[in-house]
Amino acid sequence: MEKRITLPLTEELAKTLKAGDSVLLTGVIYTSRDAGHKRMCEALARGEELPFDPKDATIYYVGPTPAKPGQVIGSAGPTTSGRMDAYAPTMMSVGARGMIGKGARLPEVIEAMKKYNGVYFGAIGGAGALLAKQIKSAELVAYEDLGAEALRRLYVEDMPLVVIIDSEGNNLYETGRADYLKKHGN
Amino acid sequence: MREIEVSKITDVIERLCIDANNHLPCDVKAAIERCRACEDGEIACGVLDNIIENYHIADEENVPICQDTGMACVFLEIGQDVHLVGGDLTDAVNEGVRRGYDKGYLRKSVVKDPVRRGNTGDNTPAMIYTEIVPGENVKITIGPKGFGSENMSAVRMFKPSAGLQGIKDFIIETVEAAGPNPCPPIVIGVGIGGTFDKAALLAKKAIMRPLDTHHPDPYYADLEVEMLEKVNALGIGPQGFGGKTTAIGLNIETLPTHIAGMPCAININCHVTRHKTEVI
Repeated sequence: MEKRITLPLTEELAKTLKAGDSVLLTGVIYTSRDAGHKRMCEALARGEELPFDPKDATIYYVGPTPAKPGQVIGSAGPTTSGRMDAYAPTMMSVGARGMIGKGARLPEVIEAMKKYNGVYFGAIGGAGALLAKQIKSAELVAYEDLGAEALRRLYVEDMPLVVIIDSEGNNLYETGRADYLKKHGN
Repeated sequence: MREIEVSKITDVIERLCIDANNHLPCDVKAAIERCRACEDGEIACGVLDNIIENYHIADEENVPICQDTGMACVFLEIGQDVHLVGGDLTDAVNEGVRRGYDKGYLRKSVVKDPVRRGNTGDNTPAMIYTEIVPGENVKITIGPKGFGSENMSAVRMFKPSAGLQGIKDFIIETVEAAGPNPCPPIVIGVGIGGTFDKAALLAKKAIMRPLDTHHPDPYYADLEVEMLEKVNALGIGPQGFGGKTTAIGLNIETLPTHIAGMPCAININCHVTRHKTEVI
């Protein structure tokens, strides 16, 4: 039942993805967390360009552990997305359509997703060793001083994700729980 | 009187930081696997399968289970007949953390100021909890604490009239508010009694206690069972995608308290509930 999808996350592709879909994602994604998002949004506010092309891009909210010798990257599971809520609408406004993380999003983020055809994917929180296996290359793009929070370009193959919120605003966190409670008669 | 070099404590802490981050305790694995056997939803089962596969990879490859390798919470039970020699104990603990997080390729997640931020670069300082106990040993427990779940924790100072129902409602309310954020399935530590700060410490100790143990008082042991069932009836499920397994364990710790109060703290941990202990 898993859908195989290949990036970039165009508007057409985004519209085919529905909350609750299990996907295996392949392509280039960028890593960023709180500190990186803050810098990027400050750069945009000054009228500067981002260190990567945001058009149809997907951002993974992750701060990996350092790579051991011979590893592409260390453990690399998602961080709590809510901390990026203040920045996500701005990022979507310049074309960064995909987000990978875990945890709830604010209504204003969901509104922006509907406006820009954004998609919020969930990676399994706490499965950092497993997720690292799907990352085939990692290179530093900017903000090296932020350490684990630096902006990196990753190439991932068959990264296992679940669509949590789709471009119509459907939310698996609401429907998944409601379906379970309905089925179990609560 | 037994003399122990603090450098010995450094060595143990270095090792425990790496072990705790790479190898999940057996009681936690057993609880996850028990819950997997009871799940029936497709997404919920898939998530739990991935969680199990993840800790197997971490075991086999000796890599961190989760990229949030946490703040190093270090519990020291120091025998009162021990004389620590050769340096400052706090420095020795931090040196162990510094080495462990460096040699173990663990993430450095500590900032030097809570408001002005700025990474310390070596995951120090550790959060150190010392207790003087009878005997001539030093028992060291490391519990690396991730903050996705720590952020979902809560403390409340109840009036005694709130009674048991107040505590039950608070547990449900806190888990409900946490929703998908702390990476469910979670472990819930509940501390009841003491003072404002002691209640929080009890809650933290509760998440360190093995999941196959119960509070010694049957009243609270029954409450652990009852509240775990109630939490799992919420339907939040693995990762918040819906399902039976919202929590894999709920431990309660208690202390006597003041006639005017009933402090209660709830510390939330994710399924990567890490702790390793060694006795010197």
